[in-house]
Parts: sequence; structure tokens; C-alpha cells
Amino acid sequence: MKSLSWKIFLFLLLGFVSVAGIAFPIVKNPIHWYEFPFIPGLGENAKIIFFHVPTAWLSVIAFLMSTIFSIQYLRKKNLDYDAKSYAAAQLGIIFCILATITGAVWAKFAWGSFWSWDPRQTSIFALLLIYGAWFALRSSIESEDKRATLSAVYAIIAFVTVPFFIFIMPRIMVGLHPGSIPVNPNEQQVSPVIDFKMNANMQLIFFLSLIGFTILYFWMWNIGYKSIIYRDKLNKQLIKG
Amino acid sequence: MFSKSYALFKKDFSSELRTRYAVNALAMFIIVAISVILFSIGNERISSSLTGGLFWVVIFFTAMSGLARAFVSEEERGTSLTLQLVASPSTVFTGKLLFNLVLVFVMNTVIAGLYSLLFDAFVIQNFVLFLTSFILGNIGLAISATIIAAIISKAGAKGTLYPVLSFPILLPLILTCVQLTLFSIDGTSFETAKYELAIVISYDVIMLTASYMLFDFIWKD
Repeated sequence: MKSLSWKIFLFLLLGFVSVAGIAFPIVKNPIHWYEFPFIPGLGENAKIIFFHVPTAWLSVIAFLMSTIFSIQYLRKKNLDYDAKSYAAAQLGIIFCILATITGAVWAKFAWGSFWSWDPRQTSIFALLLIYGAWFALRSSIESEDKRATLSAVYAIIAFVTVPFFIFIMPRIMVGLHPGSIPVNPNEQQVSPVIDFKMNANMQLIFFLSLIGFTILYFWMWNIGYKSIIYRDKLNKQLIKG
Repeated sequence: MFSKSYALFKKDFSSELRTRYAVNALAMFIIVAISVILFSIGNERISSSLTGGLFWVVIFFTAMSGLARAFVSEEERGTSLTLQLVASPSTVFTGKLLFNLVLVFVMNTVIAGLYSLLFDAFVIQNFVLFLTSFILGNIGLAISATIIAAIISKAGAKGTLYPVLSFPILLPLILTCVQLTLFSIDGTSFETAKYELAIVISYDVIMLTASYMLFDFIWKD
């Protein structure tokens, strides 16, 4: 009963966020609570923030969880943690692909091209590469313990390189992405797209969307984790005969 | 501990001198890669910023073709268990790292020499900056290549996985080193490049620490 009420709550929350994010009008001077402010240079494109940012956020959270469970596995040598880490990474790569695609489609309309090696685009590309390499490594190893150990080690090594992307990218490339750090802090002319601010009701919908997607992620992660456990049990039963 | 790793390094070095497997593979790879670039350029004059990028492309792929030998050869010969008996994991890692460091330095010096001979546009204005970034970049490359080589030697697939696993790990280092090479071609001062140099130094330190901490788990079956 408790889990059902959670599911209904999540359905209502995500339903509201979807309707609000897509249908609420953008006007020059917002008066009513359901109106979003007009941002010069973004216009209707600004609405992607309610769906694109949560996917990017979840791909990072999944990577973080996968790394934490990898560390736990190396400490305790319990295959349960490996299953948890694997379930997180499976969801992580899905959300990472979603964030890349939604971002690229948005970039086509906002910047004129699907891909322009903006710092954020390069970072998400690197994250995609890390996930891809991680799954390639896992699929190449037969033994369960060895697979868990080596993939845990690789996840940790990949994780320590992540801070570099945050510091290097803005130095090397010019940021076009909303919310980027300006290359030269002394520069007076910052374009309104990069320096944009959300008003209160936009922030409300944004954070509701973030909360909704995060709950959805943990629910999906739980199902994925259970399915891995059940699959292992079934395989063991099949072997026993 | 250091004398033991030096003994391990000497063992690798003399076995390398006997077979010349890695050295031959690396030398041929350098020649092939550079000649492919020269053929594709033809008679066109390319900009100096492009040569800076191509320089690190050749270095990355050459490293990927030869540096996995350090651990893969132990697994192929079946000597890794003996090594586990006689030396502690950190000793083994130090020995292998020393060997890869020497290999990387020789290989990259050859590449840099060939580059300055064959490409007219590859002229270094600020030589000290280039040398500093070259040395720091080589150290980082050797560390990451060694720890990934240890991972793939324990995994089933030997050759194909190596570049796939290394690229995301090396990406921050390579991007920064390309930037530093461009700076030294343009003749930028040390003062302007200190942020990038700090990134490379911290990359080296972080990778070295993480490798020593994690190598125990890879090495012990």
C-alpha cells in the first residue's frame, strides 16, 4: 500500500512537471504564477531545462553511485555491491545518451549545429566514453569475481579524472552553454543566454522536475538491481539442475 | 623495495633487448603513423597549431601500440604467479612503471625529433615550456598506460580493449598537453601557461596515487 501511494505521487508529480514544462506560456512580463519570463536569445527553447538538465544530473548521480558501490565492493568483496554498481551504471548510460541527444537537438535550434564541442558537450562525451569503455571491459571478462574487481578499479580510476574536465574545459574552449563560466571573468559583455536567471516559478517547476526524475531513477535502480539478483539466482538453479 | 623494483626493471630491460619486440613495434608504428600524416598532407602547408595536435595524436596511438607489453607479456609467458610470490604488488608496479617510463621517453623523443625534421611548421618558440610539458606529459602518459595495461592483462581481451579503456582516462592529459604544445609553438610565457602546467602536475600526482592504491586489487587474484 505504501509503495502504491509513492507510485501515484510520482505519477502525479511527473505528470504535472511534463504538462507545466511543455504547456506553460512564455510571456514578456509574467504576472500569473503559470507564466515563464522571456529570455532574450532563448525564447521557447528555454523549456528544455525541465527535461534535459535532470537527465544530465542523473547520468552524473548514477556514475557517482556506481563508483561508491565499486569502492564498497573492493572493501568488502561482496558481489552484491557489484550488482548495485552495475544496475546504477546501466541506468547511467541510458540517461547519458538521453542527455546527449536532447542537448544536441536543442543545440541545433539554439546554436545552429548539432555539435560544436562546447565544454559541457565535451564533458558529456567523455562520460559517454567512460561508460562505453566500462561496459566493454565487463563484457570481456568471464569470471564473476575478476569482472567485479577489474571493473570496480576502472570505475574508480575513471572517476578521479572527472574533476579535470570541470576545470580544463572552460579554459580550452569557449562556453556557449547556458550557465557556463565566462572565459574571462573581467569581460563585461556576457551574453544573456549564458548569464540567464530563472524566476521563482520557473525554479519551482525545475526543482520539482529534478526531484521527480531523481525518485524515478531510484525506483528504476531498485528494479534493475532486483532483476540482476533474480537472474543470478535463476542461473544458479539452472546449473544445479 | 626500490632495489627489488630496479631488479625487475633490469629483467624487463634485458628481455626487451633480447627480443626487441616492443621497441621494434613502437619504431615501426612511429614511422607508419608519421608517413601516413605526411602522405595525407602532400604538398600543402599546414598551420603550426595543427602540427601541435597531430604530435599528440601520434604519441597517443604509438603508446597504445606498445605499452601494454609490460603486463601482457607476463600473462602470456605465465610468469605473473612467480612474480606474485617474489615481490609485493607495489614493487611490481614500480618496476613496470620504470620500464614504461623509459619506453615512453625514448619513443616521444624520437617522435619529437622526427617532427621537427619533417614538419616545417613545427617550430618551438618557447623551448623550456615545451620541455617541461613534454616531461610532465610523458610521466602522466606512462602512469595511466601502466595501470590500464595491468587491468587489460587480467581481462580476457588483450589488444583491442587497450585504447578503448585508456582514451577516457588520458583525455584530460592529452587535451592539456595539446594546449601547452600550442603555447610553446606560439611562444607564450611561462606565466600564462602556469594554470595548464598545474593541471598536468596534479594529473600526474592523482594518477600515481590512485594507481598505487588500486594496483593491489588488480594484481592479487
